[in-house]
Order: sequence, then C-alpha cells, then structure tokens
Amino acid sequence: MSVSVPDTASKQHKGFRLDLKTAGPLLALILLIVLGYSLNPLFLGEGNVTNLLTRSAFIGIIAVGATFVITAGGIDLSVGSMAAFIAGMMIIIMNAAVDSMGASIWTVLLGIGCSVILGVGAGFINGFLTTKGKIEAFIVTLGTMGIYRSLITYFADGGTLSLNSGAREIYRPVYYDSFIGLPYPVWVFIIVAVIGWVLMNRTAFGRYCMAIGSNEQVARYSAIKVDRVRTWTYILQGLCVSLATIIYVPRLGSASSATGVLWELEAIAAVIIGGTMLKGGYGRIGGTVIGALILTAIGNILNLTDIISNYLNGAVQGVIIVAAVYLQRGSLGRRGRKAE
Amino acid sequence: MAEAPDTSVPPILSANRISKSFGEIPVLFSIDFDIRPGEVHAIIGENGAGKSTLIKILSGIEQPTSGTITYDGQKVVLPPNGEAAAMGIVVIHQELLLAEHLTVADSIFLGRELKSGPFLKLRDMREQARAILDTLHVSIDPDARINTLSVADKQMVEIAKAISRDARVIIMDEPTAVLSVAESRTLFEQVRRLTAKGVAVIFISHKLDEIMELADRVTVLRDGQLIATVGTENLTPDSIAQMMVGRELSNLYPPKHEPDVDADVVLSVRDLEAPGISGISFDLKRGEILGFAGLIGSGRTAVAEAIVGLTKKSGGAVSVQGAPAEFADVSKSVAAGLAYMTKDRKGRGLLLNAGLQPNLTLLTLKKHLRMGFLDGRSEEQALDRAVRRFDIRARDPSVQVGKLSGGNQQKLMLGKTMESEPEIVIMDEPTRGIDVGTKQQIYHIIAALAAEGKAIIVISSEMQEVIGLSHRVVVMRQGRMAGVLEGAEITEAEIMRYAAGIKQGGENERLSA
Repeated sequence: MSVSVPDTASKQHKGFRLDLKTAGPLLALILLIVLGYSLNPLFLGEGNVTNLLTRSAFIGIIAVGATFVITAGGIDLSVGSMAAFIAGMMIIIMNAAVDSMGASIWTVLLGIGCSVILGVGAGFINGFLTTKGKIEAFIVTLGTMGIYRSLITYFADGGTLSLNSGAREIYRPVYYDSFIGLPYPVWVFIIVAVIGWVLMNRTAFGRYCMAIGSNEQVARYSAIKVDRVRTWTYILQGLCVSLATIIYVPRLGSASSATGVLWELEAIAAVIIGGTMLKGGYGRIGGTVIGALILTAIGNILNLTDIISNYLNGAVQGVIIVAAVYLQRGSLGRRGRKAE
Repeated sequence: MAEAPDTSVPPILSANRISKSFGEIPVLFSIDFDIRPGEVHAIIGENGAGKSTLIKILSGIEQPTSGTITYDGQKVVLPPNGEAAAMGIVVIHQELLLAEHLTVADSIFLGRELKSGPFLKLRDMREQARAILDTLHVSIDPDARINTLSVADKQMVEIAKAISRDARVIIMDEPTAVLSVAESRTLFEQVRRLTAKGVAVIFISHKLDEIMELADRVTVLRDGQLIATVGTENLTPDSIAQMMVGRELSNLYPPKHEPDVDADVVLSVRDLEAPGISGISFDLKRGEILGFAGLIGSGRTAVAEAIVGLTKKSGGAVSVQGAPAEFADVSKSVAAGLAYMTKDRKGRGLLLNAGLQPNLTLLTLKKHLRMGFLDGRSEEQALDRAVRRFDIRARDPSVQVGKLSGGNQQKLMLGKTMESEPEIVIMDEPTRGIDVGTKQQIYHIIAALAAEGKAIIVISSEMQEVIGLSHRVVVMRQGRMAGVLEGAEITEAEIMRYAAGIKQGGENERLSA
C-alpha cells in the first residue's frame, strides 16, 4: 500500500520527537536544579528542598485538577478566587463554631468538611453553566472568578479574616508538621497526583476526557456522555481547590482579598509547561507536577541569588511559559502539515 | 421552456479538450464544454463523475492538466483563488460563502468597498446595494445581518454580489439543494432575468425536472468522461438518467444471499418524524441488507441519527427485536445492539491525533475495565483481533490515525463499530473516498456480516454500491420515502427516477416486507 512509505518515515521521526516531548519538562527541571545548585549550594539544602516542595503543593494540587478540565477542552479561571472564597468561608465557619462550642478537633474537621462541599459545589456550578447553559467556559469562569473575589472582599470587609487562635493551634500541624520527613502538604500533593495519574491514564473517565478534548463530535458519536464527563472535570477541579485551601489556611491562619491572586494563571501555566495541550485532547499529570515544581523553583532560585531581581520572578515565569507553548506548537505544526 | 438563444452567437466561455489528473489519478478526460451569453447550460452526473472538478477549472480554482480555456474569444489562463470573479466568472457555491455577521450591503461590496480616502462610503454602498436588490425584485434590507436571512435570501445576496461585479458567467453549484419548492421558483425567475440580460448561467443540479425546465442544453458527465451535450428539447428525464448511468455491474460485489422469508424482523420503524424527515416506515429482517439511496440532503443520515438517538425524534415509533426502543442517547442504542457508523470519518468517527487502540475501543471502553481500571492487555487483544478481521494495515499501532489511508481509517471505524457486537448495523457511506480494492473488501465484509445473521442498513450516494449490495432499497427524496424497490426493480434508472422526483411512491403495501 502506498501509505506504508510515509508511515515508516514518520515513525522514525516521531520516536525521537515524542521522547523529547514527554521528557522535555523533566529535562528543564533537572537543568533548573543544576542551575540553582551552581548559583547557590543552599538550593539543595534539606530545608530549602522541603520548603520548595511545600510551596509547590498549592499550585500543584490545583493544577492536577486543571489538567482534567483543560484536557477535556475546557478552562477554569475561577480557581484562585475560589480558593480565597473557600478559605474565607472556612475561617468564618470555624470561628462561629468556636464561639458556640469551643475550639476542638471537631471545629477543624467541620471547616474541612465545609471546604470540600464548597469546592465540589463551586465546581459543579462552573460545569453546569458550561454544559447545560452552553456558555463558553472562559466566560463562565471569568464570571465566577469575579463573584468569588468580590465575595471574599465583602466578607472580610476589605480587610483580613483571621482564624480564632485556639482553632489555629489545633489546625497548625496540617501545614507545619511532617510525616516520614515530608510535610503533610507534600503528602497531599503526592496522593492527589497519584490518584490523578491513575484517573487520567487507567480509567475510562480519563480516556473520555481526552476524547472529548480531541473532538467532541467523535466523543458524542462514540456513546460518551459528553456533558456529564465535562461537568465532572469541573467538580474534580473544585475538589482540588478545596484540598489546596485546606492545607493553605493553617499556614497563615487568615484570608483576605489578596489570597490566591493569580493562582489560576500559575495553575494553567503548570499544566501547559507540563505538556498538556491548551486546546485539549492530550493531558499529562506527571508533566503538570513537574510544571508546578518548575514554577516554584524559578521563584526560589531568584530568592537565593541576586543575579536577577526577585521582582522579575513573573517575567522569568512568563518567558518559560511562552517557550514551552512555542515548543509544543512547533512539533504540532509539523505533525499537522504532514497529516494533510 | 426557455427560449433557445441564438446559436450563431460565439460562446463566452469554452473549454477545449480539458483533462485533469490529481497526482496519478485522472479525473477528467478530454472534456469539451462551452456556454453562450444568455444560455443556461446544465452539467449533470453522479457523485464523482467530475462535475465539481470541471467547475473548479472553469472558474480558475484548479488549472487543467491539459487543454485550453477560451473566454470572450481569447485563450486565457484563469487566475486561481477566485480571482476569476474580477474577470466576470462568478461561482455561487452550495455552501454559501458569506460572513455571517456582516450586513447585506457589506457582503455585496466585500473586498471592493467604495471608499473616499481611507473611509468607507457607507451610504453610497447601501444605496447601490438597494438598487441591485431592487433589480432582482427581492425585498431584502441592505442593513440586515446575513445571519438573520433565510438560505434563499442568502442566495439572493450572492446573486446580487455577482451582479454588482458585472458577472458574465455565473456558475451555480446545486443551488436548489437547500431550497424549498417555492424558493426554487423564485430562484428560477432570477436565473431567467439574468439570462435575458445576456448573462450565461452554468447550473449544476441532481434534480432532472428542474434541469428540463430551466436549461437550454445539458452536458452529461460520467466517470470523468463527456457522455453528451444535448439540447434540452431533445431530452426526457428518462433519457438523461440513462445517460448518467449506463454501466455494467462488475464482480466488485459478492453474491447476494437472500434472507430467509420467515426471518425475524429486528428493526421496525413506523412514521418516524424528526427535523428534516417525516413519514419514515420500514422493517428490517435478520440477514437482510437494506439500501438507502437518494440525493445528498434527502434525509438518509437524519433517519439513521434519529433512530439511534443522536437527534431527538418528534414522532413515530422504533422497535428493536420487537421491543419499543426510545434511545435518549447513543449509549442506549449501542446497549440495545444497534450501532451507527457515521459517514464523517474525520469529523465524527475517529480521533485523528490518537493511535489505533484508543480509537478502536472508544465506543466500548466499558468492556475493557477490570475492577474499574482500564485493562491495556484486553484492549491490545481487541486491536489484534480487529486488525486480523478487517485487514487494517498500519506499520505501527501507535501511529496517529490521521496518517492512515482513507481505506484503513474506514476499516478501523468498521472495527470500532463492530466491537459493540451489534445485531443491527447502520453504515453511512461505508466506502466514501476510498480506493476500489478496499471498497471490494468492505463489500465482502458487509455481505459476510449479513450472512452471519446481522441486519444491515447501507446508506450510500453511490448507486452501484446500493444496487450491488442491497436486498431491498429505500429511495429518499426531500426527507420522505419516495419508493421502495425490490429484486429486479433495483436499477440505477429506477432509483434515479424516484430520487429525482419523476416517479412518486405510493407503494406503501411493500414498505413492510
């Protein structure tokens, strides 16, 4: 058959390029670590590594959820303000609980439970509006982003909501304590990432997300309940936001209108740097984890050295994001042309 | 009907011994064609006869491999990319090419706006647009947005656009395919008005009655060959149909095994109604291959999609294996043993960026779960089986499906559909755009499935295919069943008569076999 000739030709190319593509983010991270170490050996000091991992947990957990949303062809801009809103609500609820029944482990568990309910509910609202309401995800989540951000500002009366000190004392270890040498937030990140990976690569749900993001019509004609799967991606995203908030609140014990600002962009950036395609159809949880580590490492390295001002953190991150997407599109463009 | 234009007038546009090959595949063989000012010249032929290639050459979009084009008495090389429009040769495509959000006046002047300095002369354009629309005797507001217009009105805007460009040759590609009868009437009046002014109109249509009414001359193409160019006064719809067809069936098709007379009815459709279709009733037996013939847009796909629950039906009843079947979505119909294979391989059938395995199992992923997790081995085995059964040829199963040949894509899609082990399969254009060798393979697979006792519906625009495979044939026309043919009645000419509306149904007694 005539098709066999281009098939073999492309196969040799592809084998090489595909490896580069999947390994790309990992190589970048290794490079960054080597760079960080050579600039300041403290970079690989035990304290700094733990600190870096803990910091990356917030964005990383949210980004795992975002990987599903983006893979299925959606986008969620509301995660940052959703986190701030949930944090604020948790504090309000826990403070009220302390007032009525005193500070105990149950106060904290109540806060955590409410956080999960709020996250799942907020995710469902985003999903419902995009699928049943047939409004573009960008618009829906731009709207809910504004709503949550202004609600937290309103509840905090423009200032800061602080957790009752008694409750904080009980809650504090969730962020600051460790288990087998790793802080709890890192464990949460690891567990979320592992579950996310299994869900994406070893279940029908993950396959459906990729199919929908790749071509919604094909998915529909293949008996996939497109709306239901899409809605679940937003619910997962909401759940991830609530988990991130649960480990974030004990860190400062407060929430304000400045909480979680630009987290949505950092989460999306982590997903994209990790090799997931923004237009959907191809998702990599492992890449997302590495993406979150890369973003945190950049800030960390800038903190440890004085070659580039720490104020330029955003600029460096921006360059990395654009470069990552450029490389992605470059290899895609070649593929697209060949297919024609 | 139309007055015969003066034959002594030299043609405005003529093609002399035009041949065209795409790569090594010849699609047009030494075609002669000409059109005189004020004439309506129809081009007809089956799908794949070479009509659209000829139009593309006549409008400069494609260059002929050999042969010459003469325009206005001079040999020319028509510029590509529609620039021939500036020379007066305008194509009105079936899928109207209008920007949906512009106004009517904007659309008419798109690309050659009236300007004073850098600024648009909005009022002048609006007035000129109104003047042109007035000459067409249509009441369309020049300020209306295109997306608020009906299809018929959009067509009028296209015609107005052509007039504003002083078109001398207008090529209309199946303009009535999307129009109602009344709208077609208005269009014909416009065409007559244009020809009275000396504009030449090349008219492509499948509807023979329209051609008889409107055209002065008819050119018949078949398999890229010029069969004849005849004055309409010397033709009958039957003789045109004969000329379009006239081909022997080869042994491309496997022998037919008639289903048992007392075989169970597995699919029964009564008075099905859905957007675009109504009054659809038929029975399908075990082991039977039922063909669905008809023109593009006659509602065949709509019937299939309404049955399997891809679109909502507004009336009628469907029963599968004797049980009422109201499928809310595709997964329900798949579960009931009824599978639909789309005609749109690339847009609806396959994930072009994914490999063979995810595509094969997408419809039936639940079968490959073990304790809730995907079982890669089980998926691999399914692929191995499908590759053997359907002879899918790919060097590497991880190759992106978009890179496979059309034939292999089609076989993969067939494999995907058959993975659900359906008792009833609806195949929509199962051999569209694939080579003849693979076609033959697919025909034999279809026949073998029927012999196993599967009930099969084949929707196809290739008449030979319907005839070569089917035990019975439903002919659709304008969303309704025009007729049901059986046995020796299944001929191309007979199908064409029903499809083109020369013969009407009224054979309800035979709808249920």
